[in-house]
Amino acid sequence: MACITDKPLSLATSVDQVALEARAKSLTTRSIKTTSKRAALHLSIRCMDLTTLEGADTPGKVASLCQKATRPDPTNLDVPPVAAVCVYPEMVDYAVAATAGTGVKVASVAGAFPSGLSRLSIRLDDIADAVARGAHEIDIVLNRSAFLTGDYNLVMDEVAAAKEACGEAHLKVILETGELGGYDQIRRASMLSMHAGADFIKTSTGKIPKASTLPVVLCMAEAIRDHADATGEIIGLKAAGGIRTAKQAWHYLVVIGETLGTDWLTPDLFRLGASSLLNDVLQQLGKLDTGRYSGPDYVTVD
Amino acid sequence: MTTEKFDLDYAPALESTAVVNIAKQYGLFVNGEFVKARGDKTFATINPATEAHLANVAEASKADVNKAVKAARHAYETYWRDMPGKQRARYLYRIARQLQERAREFAVLETLDGGKPITESRDFDLPQAAAHFFYHAGWADKLDYAFPGRKVTSHGVVGQITPWNFPMMMAAWKLAPALATGNTVVFKPAETTPLTALLLAEVLQDVDLPPGVVNIVTGAGATGQALVDHPDVDKLAFTGSTGVGKMIQRAAAARRLPLTLELGGKAAHIVFDDAAIDQAVEGVVKGIFFNQGHVCCAGSRLLVQESIAEMFIEKLKRRVDLLRVGNPLDKNTDVGAINSAAQLGRIADLVKVGVSEGAEIYQPKCSLNKKGFWFAPTIFTGVQQSHRIAQEEIFGPVLSVQTFRTADEAVQKANNTPFGLSAGVWTEKGSKILWMADLLNAGVVWANTYNQFDPASPFGGYKESGFGREGGMQGLSAYVRTDTGGRS
Repeated sequence: MACITDKPLSLATSVDQVALEARAKSLTTRSIKTTSKRAALHLSIRCMDLTTLEGADTPGKVASLCQKATRPDPTNLDVPPVAAVCVYPEMVDYAVAATAGTGVKVASVAGAFPSGLSRLSIRLDDIADAVARGAHEIDIVLNRSAFLTGDYNLVMDEVAAAKEACGEAHLKVILETGELGGYDQIRRASMLSMHAGADFIKTSTGKIPKASTLPVVLCMAEAIRDHADATGEIIGLKAAGGIRTAKQAWHYLVVIGETLGTDWLTPDLFRLGASSLLNDVLQQLGKLDTGRYSGPDYVTVD
Repeated sequence: MTTEKFDLDYAPALESTAVVNIAKQYGLFVNGEFVKARGDKTFATINPATEAHLANVAEASKADVNKAVKAARHAYETYWRDMPGKQRARYLYRIARQLQERAREFAVLETLDGGKPITESRDFDLPQAAAHFFYHAGWADKLDYAFPGRKVTSHGVVGQITPWNFPMMMAAWKLAPALATGNTVVFKPAETTPLTALLLAEVLQDVDLPPGVVNIVTGAGATGQALVDHPDVDKLAFTGSTGVGKMIQRAAAARRLPLTLELGGKAAHIVFDDAAIDQAVEGVVKGIFFNQGHVCCAGSRLLVQESIAEMFIEKLKRRVDLLRVGNPLDKNTDVGAINSAAQLGRIADLVKVGVSEGAEIYQPKCSLNKKGFWFAPTIFTGVQQSHRIAQEEIFGPVLSVQTFRTADEAVQKANNTPFGLSAGVWTEKGSKILWMADLLNAGVVWANTYNQFDPASPFGGYKESGFGREGGMQGLSAYVRTDTGGRS
C-alpha cells in the first residue's frame, strides 16, 4: 500500500486554463514536413495501442485486429508493427495467441472498466484474471467517485492495490479526464496516480464524448515532468479517445517531445490509444511514397 | 525497416517567398502616386537574416516632406474632412479586407525585411493590422456616440512616425484611427523596414483612396525631423525610442501641437509562488523572446518570489533551451534575426555590461548563422536593482531575473524605473491581481498572460514610456478635437 503523505498534493499546484490551452495550440503550428513527417508517422504506429473495446467483440474480430497490428501494411513491410493491441479481458487469450512471437504486446482493460464502480475485490480479481490470461499491460480506471468526493487516500490505496495485482504487468491508470472537472483536478489526479504506483497515466476510456485533447495531455505531461524532477521516477503517458488523424497524432508527439523531451518518444513511455487512427496514418505514408492519397479501399478495414 | 528518428530537429519547413514581388526601386508615395525623391536620393533596405540587399528606397528630403504635407492638406480640404463618416468607413473596410486577402504576401515581406519569424508575422502582425482597420472602420460613422454631448472634429494633417519592430501593425495602429476620424496623414515608416508600408501604398491605390489622404515618406532621422518640424502639420504621433520621443516633445511643445508618444519600457513580469508555474514559465518566455525582444512592452525584468526562484529559473532555462533560433522563414522558428547591425551592437554592448556588473549569464547552445544579425536568447540571473541591465531598455532577447520576498517589495522594484508601459502578474489569487494592478505604475497590466492585444483595448504608458493611448475610444480621442458644441 502506498504511504499517504502530503507530498503528491503539494506538487499538485494550479494550472492556468487559458495559458495552458494557448501553449497547446501554439505547438500545433509546428510544421512537420518530409523526413520529419515520415519519422512521425512511423513513430505514431510504433506507439499505437490498436484498440477494440466493444461489447460485440469476438475472437474473429480480435484476430483480424491482431493481424493488422503486427503487419499494418501488407504491401509495405517497412511499416512497423504497433506497440500493443488493447482488448477486454475475455478477449486476451485470443489476442495473446494471435500476437505470439511478434513483439506486439497485449493490453487489457480491467477493474470494472469503464466506470470502475464495483467492489474493489472484484476489480482486483478482474485485473489478476487478465494478467493470468497473459496480458502484458493493464489499463484500469481511476475511482472518479472517490476522487470527486475528495477521498484521495482511497484513490491512492486502490491504485496501489491494482499495481500489486498487476504483478509483472504494466499498470496504466485512466484518469477519464473528461469527468474530472478541469485541469487543476487532472493535475491532481495525475500526481496521486503516479505516487500510488502507476507506470503510465492515461487520459480517457474512449467511452465518453470528452476524450483526449492536446491541452489535457500537455497538463499531464507537465505533471509527469514535475514528478520526475521530484522523485526521479519516469512515468509514461497514454493519450486515448478521439484521436483519428495522423495530424492529431503528430501534434501529440510534438507536445510530448517539447514538454518531456525526446526520451519520452518511445513506445515504452508514450502510447496513442486508437481504433481508426492507423488507417489514416497508412494513407499519409502512402501519400509520402506516391504523392497521391489513396482511396479508403486501399487500406484494410479490420 | 526504416529507423528514421522523430526528434525536435524538425525538417525545414520554409514559407515560400514566391508570393512577394519586390521592386528594385521604391519611390515616395505622395498624392496617390509613387514619385522619386528630390535628387533621386535612395537608401538600401536589407534582409537582416542574410544581409541580402532587398531594394533601394527613396529618401525623402525636406522638400519631399513638404510636398507630402501639401498633398495631405489639399486632400484634407478637398475630400476627406467633409466626407461623411460612413463613406470613410468604406475605405477602411476595403483596406482591412485587402490586408486579409493579401495577408500571406504582407507576412512574408514583413519577415524578409524585418527578420521576425514568419509564424509571428502570419499569426500576429497581419491579423492585428487588419483588425485595427476593421475596428476603426466601425467608429468612423459613430464618432458622435463615442464622445456624447461633444462635437467632434478632426485635427487636419497628422504626422506619424513608427518603429521597425512591428512595421505593418504600427502602420495600422497609426493610420486607422487617424483616417476614421477624418484626418489626412503623412506617414514615415522606419528606415530598416519600409517595404510593407510601401506595399500598403499599393493597397491604398487599389481601394481608390483619394490621392493625398495617406502619404508615405521613407527615410531616416532627417526625414522624421522634417516631418516633425513642418509648420503645416496639426498633430504628431510617434512610436519609438524615449530619446527621440523627448526631442519630438520639445518640438511639439514649442508649437503647442497635440502629441502622442509611445516609447520605451522595462516591464516587470512578476511571478508569485502561488502562480500556475508551468504556464508562468511559458508566459515569461513569450513575454521576452517574442519578436526577439524587440517589443516596447517586453517583459524584460522577471521578478520571481524567492521561495520558488531556484525551481522557476531551472524550468525557465530548460524551456529556453528549446527555443529554435534561425531562419525566420522557417515555420518552426521561434526566435528570428535581430533587426539591424546597429541594434545587434546595442544589445551586445548592454550584455557585456551585465556580465561586467557581475550578473550570471545563461545562453542555450544554439548555432547562430555567420551571415545576418543574430543574438542567442539570454537570461541574466543574480541581477540587482542597481545593475544597468535592470534599468535600461535592451530591446533584445535578454531577460534580467531578480527576486523579491513580499508583494510590497515586488511593487517597489517593479515601479522603480523611469518607464511605465506594461507589467505582468502571475498568481492564482484573483484579489492579489486586482490590488497589484492598482499599485503598478504601468499603462497595461497583464494578469496570468502577456502580450495580449486587441484594437478595442487602449495601449500606452506612463512616465518615460510616453502618453496617450492607442486602441479603444481612448485611442480614438487622440485624433479628434472635442468641444462642447455650445451646449456646455
